[in-house]
Order: sequence, then structure tokens, then C-alpha cells
Amino acid sequence: MKTKTPSKLEKIIRAGHLAVTSECGPPRGSDAEAITKKAEMIKDHVDAINVTDNQTSMTRLSSLASCIHLKLMGLEPTLQMVTRDRNRIALQSDILGAASFDIYNILCLSGDHQQFGDSPTGQNVFDLDSMQLVQTVKLMRDEGKFLGGDEIKRPPKMFIGAAANPFADPFEIRVPRLAKKVAAGAEFIQTQCIYNLEKFELWMKLVRDRGLHEKVAILAGVTPFKTAGMAKYMKNRVPGMDVPDEVVKRMADVPKEKQADEGINICVETIQRLKECEGVRGFHVMAIEWEEKVPEIVERSGLYPRPVLKTDN
Amino acid sequence: MRLQYPSNIKIVSIPCTGKVDLIYILRAFEKGADGVYVVGCMEGECRFEKGNIRARKRVEQARHILESIGVGGERVRMYNLSSSEAPHFVRYAKEMTEKIRELGPNPIKMAKEKMAA
Amino acid sequence: MIVAKQKPVEEIIEEAKEYDKILLAGCNECVTVCEAGGKKEVAVLASALRMYFMNQGKDLKIDEVTLERQCDHEYLEEIRNTIDQYDAVISLACGVGVQFMAEKYMQMPILPGVDTCFMGVTEERGVWTERCQGCGQCVLAKTGGICPVSRCAKRLFNGPCGGSTKGCCEINKDLLCGWQLIVDRLTELGRLEDYEKLAPIKDWSTERAGGPRKVIREDVRL
Repeated sequence: MKTKTPSKLEKIIRAGHLAVTSECGPPRGSDAEAITKKAEMIKDHVDAINVTDNQTSMTRLSSLASCIHLKLMGLEPTLQMVTRDRNRIALQSDILGAASFDIYNILCLSGDHQQFGDSPTGQNVFDLDSMQLVQTVKLMRDEGKFLGGDEIKRPPKMFIGAAANPFADPFEIRVPRLAKKVAAGAEFIQTQCIYNLEKFELWMKLVRDRGLHEKVAILAGVTPFKTAGMAKYMKNRVPGMDVPDEVVKRMADVPKEKQADEGINICVETIQRLKECEGVRGFHVMAIEWEEKVPEIVERSGLYPRPVLKTDN
Repeated sequence: MRLQYPSNIKIVSIPCTGKVDLIYILRAFEKGADGVYVVGCMEGECRFEKGNIRARKRVEQARHILESIGVGGERVRMYNLSSSEAPHFVRYAKEMTEKIRELGPNPIKMAKEKMAA
Repeated sequence: MIVAKQKPVEEIIEEAKEYDKILLAGCNECVTVCEAGGKKEVAVLASALRMYFMNQGKDLKIDEVTLERQCDHEYLEEIRNTIDQYDAVISLACGVGVQFMAEKYMQMPILPGVDTCFMGVTEERGVWTERCQGCGQCVLAKTGGICPVSRCAKRLFNGPCGGSTKGCCEINKDLLCGWQLIVDRLTELGRLEDYEKLAPIKDWSTERAGGPRKVIREDVRL
């Protein structure tokens, strides 16, 4: 299948392999090593590395600068970009900035509300929403134009991603919402962390019923629990997260020193089960501040070694 | 039952405590009252449905304002009793009088007198 | 209506303390309905200020007036002949009224007595909630009559975001998710298929972003 961009992630997906992505959160400081060290831990086990954009509205080293560090290491970054903090001028400008370093993947998000972070008294922007950002990247790439209509010299070449949360409410529009993102131009989707497999599989069935799985590559999101406390926290405190009681119980029933292992087990089992789910084209492993566990998860899930592309550029 | 209550209390009769406006309470203090209390029916037994609840809210507003302007929020309060509870009425009158004595005179009255002198 | 809330009396005292003669000016419109700056609130604030300053040994002279509106010339003109007796005016109108009075009476300090909050409704006695942010280009026809600008914390035109949980917004469990409301309304209207129409990128130039706004009607202008 022909690819639209030089993205390695796109090539792997189009070649029919199950893709593996992971993510690194930039530090709350200017030490680039914080991000390059994390990337070193996972680079051989993933196809692309997302860099979060001030996630949970905590001010951090910028996603773009972090992506550049990864690119300079010869890795494949995915630029996460939220519309919370930048208007259309800054968004397009940063897209060009990323393109100037040949960053080939972008994940378009609206971003958590600033209330959750270190600047609850700040303004938000939301000049565009996530779907409109998808449209913007597509316009810039495919038509070589800015939103204002002017021509772009050397347009960005980016594989366009978006997020989907199959667990948020209202459930009845979760698939129509995905359809909208696909219509806007999303080519890959990274989902919210999956713990409720039945609900995810139901969502996937509805996705397949509409044939959306053929139009967009869905990468199933997984996050290993480190502790039973984390499972409880994710269940009760994180908006839009669906952690079934039995999963929390499974974590809690294990002695404290074994909980981390159990978290990894659950994660690996989730991947193994979803490998069989038609339409799942890969996995997005979000090991939050636990990047060193990504290789183990990928290996135990039978996703290692990663495919090597002949015409890597 | 001829019960005695403190003679310092001036009773202002109203058809329902729902008639008590915030400004009535404040004006009483402006005119030199040392304390104001509103005696209404038991909550849930208002003939006009929520008159005594409204009164309670206004007493709370008055308390808040009096506190923030330095007159003292404790000078105002609400009591609820039913019409047959005369001994309670007396007890509340005494209790309020004692409370106000403890707090001393309304500072506004003092300031006014001082200014006039 | 424009919804406002009373400023804490301490804050008003701080602003008012340098003056000896003050006019307290209420407004009979929105701020009366939302119980922040009508005749009653003017009387209460006047009483509170008088008592406070009396207690401080200062005989502050306060007069009270409540105008029909403070956003129209004709009503603001009603105080033209008397305003010079005062050192300052505390206006309990919304920010619109305060400013219009300030523009009209150039040498008179005009102090705000309320915090102007939003355009909204009385949901129940004592509870007012936002409905409109005056973006200058109404999209309610497309969103089932529920506004994504004023009812969604992220002003998403293609919502809801992933934080919508059990009908509530991610930022506050007591805040309804605007997009849940939109979806509910579209469902009731039998127009859920409209949900899948991508909302185009918004022209924000008619909103605050475009600078102070103006509506001119030549056909009614004299």
C-alpha cells in the first residue's frame, strides 16, 4: 500500500504489521537527558515514540523540542499537539517547525483543561478543536496551504493521528465521533487506556460495522498499573477512564511487592487478547514514568523483534 | 400563663417572619439596637410555606454583613418555636439578652453618640 | 440577562474610604433580577457602609438612587443635575452601566459595586448559570439549541472530549457536559445524524478576539 508520508509508523502499518508505539513525558525542567534516557530504554521495542504536550496541563519542556531531541538521536517521534495553549498561528507555526526537523507523525488533541495543572488561573485558547487540528494538518500536507489560504513552501509531511476514548460518555456517539475524526483526516488513532475489554470490543465491533477500521489504523492504548492504589486512582479520579472493579480487585488481592508484576501481567494479557480483535492494528503502550518496563511488555506480548523496513529513510 | 420576659426587648410584630427584610434588620442596628432576633414558627410549619426559611436566610445575610463591617454577627439570630411555647419564648428572650449584655452595646450607637458630642 | 454578583463589602469599603459623599446607584434591569444591584441591594449596601464608617468615626453621607437602566443615555441623564454634590458614585449596575456612567461623567469617580459574571438564566432562586458568551455568530441551529461556546469548558465545536463522564464535565462533577446536552437534544429532535457533520473552523473575529465590537443599524439610526 502506498504511503503518504516518509513516516516509519505509517509504513509499518501499511505493510500490515501490528505497530507498537509508546510515549515519553518531557521533564519539568530543561534537562534533555530526562527524555533521551527514557527514549533509550524503549527505542528498540517500539516503532515510534509519542511525546506528550504538557499533559494534565502541567508545564513541562515542550513537546516539539523533545521530539527534536529524539529525532537527533535517529528515532521516530510522534509530536503530540494540544489546541489548549496555542491559536491557529502558533499551531501551524509549530507544525512547520516540526516539519523542518522531518518529524513525520503528529497526534492532534484538544488537551486536558488547564484546571488540572499548575496554571488553573491561566487562559485557555481552543481556537481549534482536535478535529479541526486534524483538518489543518491535512490541508497543510495535502494541499500545501495554510488555513489562511496562502501556499506553504515545503509543506509538512506528517502521518496524522488523533485520540479516541471508547469509554467516555455518551457511549452512543463514541463511534460516530471516530467517524468524524476519520472524515477530518485522521489516519491513525491511539485510544485511551483499555481495562474494560468487553466495552472496548463492543466499540470495535461498532467500528467494524461501519468499516472505519479499514479507513483508520486503530492502536489500542494500554497502561500497566504499578500498584493497586494507581488502579483505584485511575478508576475514581481520572475523567473518562473505565477500570472495572474486578481489575482493581485483581491488583488489590496481590501482595504489595507483587503488584507491579501483576500490573504487567494484566497489560500483557490485554495486548494478547486484543491482538485477536479485528481492526486493532497495533498498540500504544503508555507506561507512565515506568518506561523501563516497555521492552518486557512488548517482548512478552510477542511483538518483538520489531519489523525492519528495507527502505528506511 | 403570665410569664415575664426582659423589658429591654422591643417587639415588632409582623404577620410572618417571611416579611422580615434584610434591610429591616440593618436599619435596627443603624438606629441603635444592640441586637436583633427573629422569632418564627417551627421550620416546616410555615403557613406561607417558606416564610421562616426565607427569614433564616436573611438573618444569615445580616450576620455576615454585620460581621464584615465590625458590628458583630453574633448580635443577630433566629429562633423557631410554635405559638404554644411561651416558656420557650421567655427563655430565648433571656438568652438573647444575656448574649447581648456579654457583647456590650452596639458600637454604632457609641460612635454616633461620640460624634454628636 | 447579565448576571452579576455582589462584591464583598470589605472590597467596596476599601475603594470608598477616601470619599465623604457617595451616591449609590442601582439598576432596575438585570442586576435587580439577579439580586446583585437593584433597589434592595442598594439600600442594604448603603446601610452597611454608613454603619462601617460611623464605627470608624466618619460621617459618610450616602444617597441612594436606582435608575431604570444604566446602559442608556436617557436614564443616566436623570442624575446629571445632582451628581456634582458627590465625591464618587458606586454603581451597582453591571460593568456596562459602570462604564457608560463613567464615560458620561468624566470628572466623577465611578466605582463598581458588583462583579459582572456572564449572560445567563435563573435556574432556580439563588442559582444563575451561563448560557451565552456573545460570540457574534450564533450556531445554535446546528447544535440542537445548546451552545458549545458557553456550555463546553473547552469551547469545542466537535465535542465531547474524552473527559465527559456520566453527563458531567471533566473539570467539575457539578457541571453538565455541554456536548452531552447537545447529543441529548439532537436525539430528542431525531437529528442525531447532524452530530456527524464536522463543524468548520470558527471565525472568532466576531468574538472578543476581533477587538471591541459594534453593531450599527443604519435603518434605525437617526
